[in-house]
Amino acid sequence: MSSLSDSTTLSPPVHDEATTVDHPAVGIDQTAGNFSYKVDYAFDAGTGLSEDTIRYISSVKKEAPWILEFRLAALKKFLAMPMPTHWATKDLENIDFQKIRYYLSQGQKPKRTWDEVPDDIKKTFERLGIPEQERKFLAGVEAQFDSEAAYSNIKDVVAKQGVIFVNSTEGLREHPELFKKFFGKVIPTGDNKFSALNSAVFSGGSFIYVPKGVKVAQPLQAYFRINAENFGQFERTLIIADEGAEVTYMEGCTAPKFSTSTLHSAVVELVALKGAKIQYITVQNWANNVFNLVTKRGVAHEDAEIKWIDCNIGSRLTMKYPGVVLKGERARGEVISIALANDGQHQDTGAKMIHAANNTTSNIVAKSISVGQGRSTYRGVVHIPKHLKGCKNNTECDALLINTNSRTDTYPAITVRGDKNSTQHEASVSKVSADMIFYMQQRGLTEAQAMSLAVNGFINDLARQFPMEYSVELKRLIDLEMEGSVG
Amino acid sequence: MSVSTLSAPAALVGSFTPDVFAAHLASLPPSLPGWWVARKRAAYARFASLPMPTRTDEMWRFSSIGTLTLDGFTLAAAASVPLAPSGIPEAARLVFANGRLVSRELLSTDLIARGVIVDTLHHALVHHDALVREHLLAQPLKLGSPKFAALHEAFLADGAFIFVPRDVQVDLPIGVCSHAIGATSAVFPHTLVVLAENARATVIEYFGSDDDTSVQFAAGANDLYAGHGAQLTYIGKQDWSHRALSIQSNSTVVRRDARVQSLNLHLGARQARHESLSRLAAPGAFSEMLALTVAEAGQEFDQRTLQIHEAPNTKSDLLYKNALRGTARTIFSGLIVVDPDAQKTDAYQSNRNLMLSDEAEACSLPGLEIQANDVRCTHGATSSRIDPEQEFYLQSRGIAKVQADELLTFGFFEEVLARLIDPDLHEALRLLIQTKFKK
Repeated sequence: MSSLSDSTTLSPPVHDEATTVDHPAVGIDQTAGNFSYKVDYAFDAGTGLSEDTIRYISSVKKEAPWILEFRLAALKKFLAMPMPTHWATKDLENIDFQKIRYYLSQGQKPKRTWDEVPDDIKKTFERLGIPEQERKFLAGVEAQFDSEAAYSNIKDVVAKQGVIFVNSTEGLREHPELFKKFFGKVIPTGDNKFSALNSAVFSGGSFIYVPKGVKVAQPLQAYFRINAENFGQFERTLIIADEGAEVTYMEGCTAPKFSTSTLHSAVVELVALKGAKIQYITVQNWANNVFNLVTKRGVAHEDAEIKWIDCNIGSRLTMKYPGVVLKGERARGEVISIALANDGQHQDTGAKMIHAANNTTSNIVAKSISVGQGRSTYRGVVHIPKHLKGCKNNTECDALLINTNSRTDTYPAITVRGDKNSTQHEASVSKVSADMIFYMQQRGLTEAQAMSLAVNGFINDLARQFPMEYSVELKRLIDLEMEGSVG
Repeated sequence: MSVSTLSAPAALVGSFTPDVFAAHLASLPPSLPGWWVARKRAAYARFASLPMPTRTDEMWRFSSIGTLTLDGFTLAAAASVPLAPSGIPEAARLVFANGRLVSRELLSTDLIARGVIVDTLHHALVHHDALVREHLLAQPLKLGSPKFAALHEAFLADGAFIFVPRDVQVDLPIGVCSHAIGATSAVFPHTLVVLAENARATVIEYFGSDDDTSVQFAAGANDLYAGHGAQLTYIGKQDWSHRALSIQSNSTVVRRDARVQSLNLHLGARQARHESLSRLAAPGAFSEMLALTVAEAGQEFDQRTLQIHEAPNTKSDLLYKNALRGTARTIFSGLIVVDPDAQKTDAYQSNRNLMLSDEAEACSLPGLEIQANDVRCTHGATSSRIDPEQEFYLQSRGIAKVQADELLTFGFFEEVLARLIDPDLHEALRLLIQTKFKK
C-alpha cells in the first residue's frame, strides 16, 4: 500500500472560478449518454485509494470529525474484506482500485438555479433533458456531476411542507439530528466489500426527509452523471419517510463510453416509518464499461410499504439486490426488476426480503432479457425466521433468451421457519416463440420489429408500473438494444 | 507422498489416520488390480490434505458445518448381521455389513446365462476390470466437498456391481443392502450399475443401522450408467441410525434415448447430505429425479442436485418433497445447467416443503444456469403448512384433525410415489413411508 501513495497526486484545493470549457469531445453515437465534455476540476483526490484520499475528501467537504472517523474505519473494513468471488463472478477481479479517481468536483455547494450552473456542466444536463423534465413533472431535482451535485432544487410548494431534499454533504452538516440517527444503520459499513468502500469515500447522493403525513405528489428525481475517465462515483442516499408520509424517488444515470472501466458503487438506505410509503425507481443506463455495484436496502416499519422498481439496461457488470427489512407488523415490501443484458454485459440483479415481524408480506417479480452473448442473473434471498406467523412471500422470475448463445441464471435462496408462513417461488426460461414472430412478419413487420414488440410485450406488465415518461424511455431503449439482435 | 500423509494434522483426518488407512489397505484382498490400489492411495493423500467445508463454501450454504465431524469412528468387521426382509420379491440380493459381503441371493441361472452380473465390486475389479475402470467414480465432482469424495474412495472396502447386457431385461428388482454395525462404525458403501444398450433393470438399495442410537458415519456413493435406450429404475432407502452422519454422493449418466428414474427416500441419520448429479449426455436422454424426506426433530437433510443437459433434446424432471416435523431442518439446493448446444432442453425442478411444526426450518435454493435459448426450463419452490381449507373439509366430514393431517400428508407424498412405473414397488414403498410416519 505505501508504495502506491507515491503515484497518488493530491492537487491542493483551489476555488471554483478556475473553470474553463474546452471543445466537446467527438464521436457521439446513437446512445444518448455517450458523450463527454472536458471539464477542469477544482477538486481532485488523484488516482488510487489511501487514507490520504479519504482525509482529502473529508477536508474539502469540511466534515465533522465523526464522519472522518466513520470513513477511516470503513476503509479498514474495505481493505480487510475479500472479494465475494466465491459466489459472485470473477469479473470483479478486473477492478483495479488503485487506478480509480475517487473524488472530482468543481465545488461542494450545488446551485439552486440552472443559470448558476457552470456552462460546461449545464450543457451535459440539458442534453440529457433534465431541466426540461423538471419543469414538466418533478417536485425536485438533484443533478450530480461526478462527485458532487451541480444542481439541487426543490419546488417551493414542496419545501413549504417541510420536505428536505439535499445532498449527503449538506444533509449531514445541516440536519445531523435527522439523518445521523439512520445514516449507516440500514446498511452497516461492513455489510459487504462495496458498502464498505462507499462508506469510506462517499460523496453526493440525496438525503431526503418527508415529515409526518406529508404526501409528495410529484416524484423527486436525482440524475447521476459520470463525466471523467477512470472515475469512481460513490453516492450515498438516505430517504426517511416519517409516519404516514409518502414519496416517490426516481434516479437515472449515464456515463460516456470510455475505453477503460469506471466504477459506480452507491449505498441507498430507505426508512419508512409507521404507515409510510416509499417508492424508489431506478433506470440504470450506464455505459457498458461501468462496474455498477450497488447496495440498496430499506426498513419498513409497522404498516409501511417500500417498493423498489429497478431497471437495469446499461453497465458492464451490475450487482444489485434491493432489499426490504420488514420490521413492523403488516409491513409490505416489493421489488419489481427488469434487466436487459446485451453483448459484454452481465446483469446480476435480484432482491432480498427479510421478514422480521408477523403478517408481513413481500413480492418479487423479476424479468430479464438476454440478447447476443449477454448474461442475466437473478439472485434472491427470502428469509422468514423463527416464530413469525402470517408471513407471505411470492417470487416470480422469468427469463427471455433471444439468441442461441445468450445466457441466464437463477439463484434464489428461501428460508422458512415454522408452519404459519408460506412462500412460493417460480421461475421460467423461454425464448420468443417462432409462431409469434411469424405471425407478425406475415402482417408486414420486419423480424427485428416483431422481436422488439415481443420483448416489449414480455415486460409490459412491469413497465406499466413505471411513470409514463420512464416507460416510454424504456420502450425506446429496448428497441435500440434489439436492433441487429436477430438475423 | 507417504511423508505428507504421515504428517497430516489430526484435525484434517480425525479417526481416519494414516495408520487406519494402512490397516484398511492391508485388509484388502491381494488380487485387486494395481490401478485401483494406486487410486485409493492418491485419494487418501487428497483427503488428508483438503480442508473441511467452511461456512463460506457456496456448495455448503445453509448446511450445518459445525456438526460435520471425522472423529470418534472406527473401522471394524461386523459382529452380527440383522436380517431385513424388504417385502419386495427380488431377482438377486447382496447384503453388506461394514463394507463386507455377508450374504447373498443369486440370480436365476437363466439370467446368469444371459450375461447379467450381480456381484461384489472386489470380484468385478478382478474379473471385469475394463468395465469397472470405465465407470467407477468416473464422474466429475461438481457437488459438495472433494474431501468427502476422497475419503469414500480411499476407504471404499467393497460394494455392489450390477451389469445388464444388451437387450436383456431383469423383471424383478435387484436388492443391495448396506448395514452399519456397531456403536461407532464408519461405512463407505458403493453401488455401480451399468446397463448396456436397451437393457432394463430396477435396483433397490437399502442403508440401515443395527441400532438407532449408534453414532455412525457413512460416506457412500453410487454410479448409475444407462447406455443407449436403456431403462433404469433406482430406489434408495436411507434409514441410518438417528445419530449417524451420512454423506452420500450419487452420479447418473443417461445416454441416447435412455431413461433413468430414481427415487430416494430419506428417513434416517442425524445429519444426512445427499448429492445427486444427473448428466443428460446424449439426445433423447431422460432423467427423472424424485425424493421424499420425512424429517423429524433434530434431523437435518441436506439435498444437493445438479441436472446437466449436455446434448440437445434431453429432458429432466425433478420433484423433491420434504415433510418437516419438530425441529427438523431441510436444505434443498438444486441447479439445472443447460450447456450452450443443448437446444430443445426440457428441464423441470420442483421442491415442496410441508411444514408440520413451528420449529422446523426449510431452505430452498432452486437454481438455473441456461446457455441455450430454445429451451423450456422452469422451477418452483414452495414452503407452507397443510392447507387449512383441506383440513377443514375433512374435519367437516367427521374425520379427526390428527387423522385429517395424516391423510393430507400421505397425499403430499403420494404425488411422488405415483410417479413410480412399477405398481408393486409403489405399494410397497407407500406402506414403508406410512409406517415410518406413524412411528
